[in-house]
Amino acid sequence: MIAFLVTAGMAFLLYLVLTAGSGTIGLWSLSELVMGALLALLTGLVARKFLCRSESYRLLSPLRLLLLLVYVPGPFFIELTKANLDVAYRVITMKIRPGIVRVHSGLKTDLGIFMLANSITLTPGTLSVGIDEETNDLFIHNINIAEGDEKREVIESTELFGLANLPAWIRRIAE
Amino acid sequence: MTAVEILIYACLAIGVVFNSLGVIGLLRFPDVYTRMHATTKATTFGSIFTSLAVIVYGFFMFLSQADSQYLILAIHAFLAAACLAFTNAVSAHAIARAAHRSGIMPTPAVVDRLAEAKL
Repeated sequence: MIAFLVTAGMAFLLYLVLTAGSGTIGLWSLSELVMGALLALLTGLVARKFLCRSESYRLLSPLRLLLLLVYVPGPFFIELTKANLDVAYRVITMKIRPGIVRVHSGLKTDLGIFMLANSITLTPGTLSVGIDEETNDLFIHNINIAEGDEKREVIESTELFGLANLPAWIRRIAE
Repeated sequence: MTAVEILIYACLAIGVVFNSLGVIGLLRFPDVYTRMHATTKATTFGSIFTSLAVIVYGFFMFLSQADSQYLILAIHAFLAAACLAFTNAVSAHAIARAAHRSGIMPTPAVVDRLAEAKL
């Protein structure tokens, strides 16, 4: 039941955002509101098993949502900018030393792993290739491995990021 | 030229430069994984900035003319940028994983722990 409500609510919210500015009730017209509610109920019925598969509703807490809203334009965007300057430098100079390393994430939930893998893909010199689902370790393709790192069995996830401690942020948001 | 126009042109310039670097990287890098680096990072960043130019334009026109169609333009550009950043990362992971599973090894590479782990 709660999965259905969450899915329908999210669908309705998305519909409202997409149709903002269509009329005079707030920003919406009556026909858009009715149609949005009907479509949201239908979406909730069809997709409730997909959106809430892990049956955890941690991300519904306002504090976590607020942290997520700070995380994306703040530390994440700083690392994204750094990543792009790094890639631009390597495209021009072709100084690369690629390889795949095992990274210990220290996260437990699916959502945490998902967010860390996505953040890693978009941040400096790293691309997530695989996940060890038993230990929740990530396999990271690194475009420029530091001298000596290729001999180490496991690398801590905090070592991948220079300026901001993204794994700690993700732990606060998702776990 | 007003300050808002300069801001829009700056955003567009940054976006186009990074998207072009992504394309150059796609052509220059040696194997599929290093190419993914260039295409995912540079195109996400570039597209965020081109969308930002649209958002700035939409908000500026909305504030000066109070016509809601410009607000809709800004909101839709924001949603497009958010979806792009999200799906780019997910699809990059999917492509890299599929490539490794179908036996395309990273060459050159100094180490490959994923092949050693044999998942």
